[in-house]
Amino acid sequence: MTIKDYFFELTSWLPLELSLTLWTTVKIMAICVPLMLSVAYLTFAERKIIGYIQARVGPNRVGPRGWLQPIADALKLLCKEIVIPTGANKLLFLTAPILALAPSLAAWAVIPFDSTLVLSDINAGLLYVLALTSLGVYGIIVAGWASNSKYAFLGSMRSAAQIVSYEIAMGFALVGVLIAAGSLNLGAIIRAQDSELGMFGWFWAPLFPVFIIYFISGVAETNRAPFDVSEGESEIVAGFHVEYAGMAFALFFLAEYANMILVSALTAVLFLGGWLSPVEWIPDGIHWLLIKISFFLFLFLWFRATFPRYRYDQIMRLGWKIFLPITIVWIVVISAMVVWKVPPWFANSAI
Amino acid sequence: MPEIKNLTMNFGPQHPAAHGVLRLILEMDGEVIERADPHIGLLHRATEKLAENKPFNQSIGYMDRLDYVSMMCNEHAYVLAIEKLLGIAPPLRAQYIRVMFDEITRILNHLMWLGAHGLDIGAMTMFLYCFREREDLMDCYEAVSGTRMHATYYRPGGVYRDLPKEMPQYEVTKWRNSKKTEIMNNSRSGSLLDFLENFVDRFPACIDEYETLLTDNRIWKQRTVGIGVVSPERAEALGFTGPMLRGSGVEWDLRRKQPYEVYDKLKFEIPIGINGDCYDRYLVRMEELRQSNKIIRQCIDWLRKNPGPVNLEDPKLTPPKRADMKGDMEALIHHFKLFTEGYCVPEGEVYSAVEHPKGEFGIYLVSDGANKPYRLKVRAAGFAHLSAMDEMVRGHMLADVVAVIGTMDIVFGEIDR
Repeated sequence: MTIKDYFFELTSWLPLELSLTLWTTVKIMAICVPLMLSVAYLTFAERKIIGYIQARVGPNRVGPRGWLQPIADALKLLCKEIVIPTGANKLLFLTAPILALAPSLAAWAVIPFDSTLVLSDINAGLLYVLALTSLGVYGIIVAGWASNSKYAFLGSMRSAAQIVSYEIAMGFALVGVLIAAGSLNLGAIIRAQDSELGMFGWFWAPLFPVFIIYFISGVAETNRAPFDVSEGESEIVAGFHVEYAGMAFALFFLAEYANMILVSALTAVLFLGGWLSPVEWIPDGIHWLLIKISFFLFLFLWFRATFPRYRYDQIMRLGWKIFLPITIVWIVVISAMVVWKVPPWFANSAI
Repeated sequence: MPEIKNLTMNFGPQHPAAHGVLRLILEMDGEVIERADPHIGLLHRATEKLAENKPFNQSIGYMDRLDYVSMMCNEHAYVLAIEKLLGIAPPLRAQYIRVMFDEITRILNHLMWLGAHGLDIGAMTMFLYCFREREDLMDCYEAVSGTRMHATYYRPGGVYRDLPKEMPQYEVTKWRNSKKTEIMNNSRSGSLLDFLENFVDRFPACIDEYETLLTDNRIWKQRTVGIGVVSPERAEALGFTGPMLRGSGVEWDLRRKQPYEVYDKLKFEIPIGINGDCYDRYLVRMEELRQSNKIIRQCIDWLRKNPGPVNLEDPKLTPPKRADMKGDMEALIHHFKLFTEGYCVPEGEVYSAVEHPKGEFGIYLVSDGANKPYRLKVRAAGFAHLSAMDEMVRGHMLADVVAVIGTMDIVFGEIDR
């Protein structure tokens, strides 16, 4: 008996609609709780990994080898007062963190964890993801505007400038995937990557430039170094969340890290074959997805430890003058490859 | 339609990139700087006035606190001024020690600058790498003077004491087992000179490491090339000195042009830039790190071969040995006089300048023949550099202001005094 049957037997005294809703809620919890835990431990991993890159040890005092550090951080933030600055728009000020966090959690609904495990197997999955990941920036813009602070305002201006330069390149990158896979459904996209070529059949190979651009755009979209201009520690102090404290700040923090995991997961799903196994002797499954996500997360941290920060006009130049042309050219190339059934990848494509 | 006004922003004094207590009023059109107005004085401690109320030798410690990342170089200018007025010259060994510690200080300062500059532009790993190497040099400070920063090591007539024969060792703690401690103590088994030689041997590789991260990094270049350009003529007119002037392509270095101590006996080169932008100044300072390393090596070689006194044997000027004081009446009197009244310096005025890591650091000293200076004026390199802030950042963006502050290498201890 599966968990699902057991659950419905347990709630059989409820009306069916209600127990269905409950079941969905349980599934949402099953995604969000591990996600929040991984966010907590991603911060720990970040501090440890960057610590070792920087020739120091990172947190090692709270709990054995520092393993309770994220818990302590969370408790501290929970206990702190949320300061609302004078002249701030209170409603928007408090809505902004929610606006930032909600899309980064909601987007997980369509991520397939393995061939059957997905919360909502919708046809327009890719569009849904694109829509939700772009929504997150409104949280940042609203936060900067509502704070009534010049630093925060500059941060949100930068964020707006950055997002218009990256969303488009990112969108075109996804068009490339769409053409190659012939479907918007994320599960179908992964299945389209399953071929006798093994890991070389995954979309990173035929779509290599697009793959790189998508991941870099993803880094930019999550406002991580070297594209962290809207936070700009040394320029505009903390940018859009300079006025936030306590839990309101923690929500931005959660959103940023949840977005990092999301972008890593999407890159793994779209270009690295999601749950597919690169080797014969280990079967497909969720473990492969997790390994791939971890790899991309490590890249995030590595970038942060290595690169200086871009200036925001330079980011825009990179987005418009370099990434956009490359993606457009590659869309043409990939279309041609699909239409003319170029082996080895598209020898038996449907079109 | 309402009139469009520029955005006026307070950059500092509480700001992660303000390098201390710089308060910069920025008038911006969007992110483009229309006007930058540096406000100073938040770290004013009246060093010059304090010096007027103290015997000459008691102000040396205040000099450390001027530019608190290149301590011994500040002392050097002050001590040189007193020596010039007194008409004395320290023993050769003391001069070599001073030059060696000047260069150690230069490395300390440039490492601090590199770390902070990197951090300002977002390369935060640089900061920690630089501090790793600074730690060893700080240990050298500690070994000779007992303190890590405010050493008061240079004295009129020489230095406080000769280089120690052994280095302090690390001890085993709860967090560090004996094996790890042994590795850390490896280079500390010999004298200070052995320890320094070990440092000098591995430091070029460290510089290479920094350069791997920055020099050819596209982002680093995008952020520094063409930012804050100063032409050689303007650099001279604005009173720039040190790497700021050399970055603009003017070959001017007091160590070469007005050699003091033993700089004329040492081999080193003076790097200069071409374009006068932040990137050139970065390259100049990186090369200065290598040159300083070379100078330290030459000093180590000389100091190994030539033992000798490090202080003038003048009881009126230098304190007697502790042991002598126990039995010798005269030594006790000298000690008492020296530490209460100090010594009188002949009437006159003198300007002495050294090539400080940041530029020309000068002390203008007027003596009326008493045991205290009549007037002391500090010429801080950073002051002239900061004055050019408006000219350097106008038309650039907010993010470039941070790069320019970094490239100026300003420290408020010396600007506000």
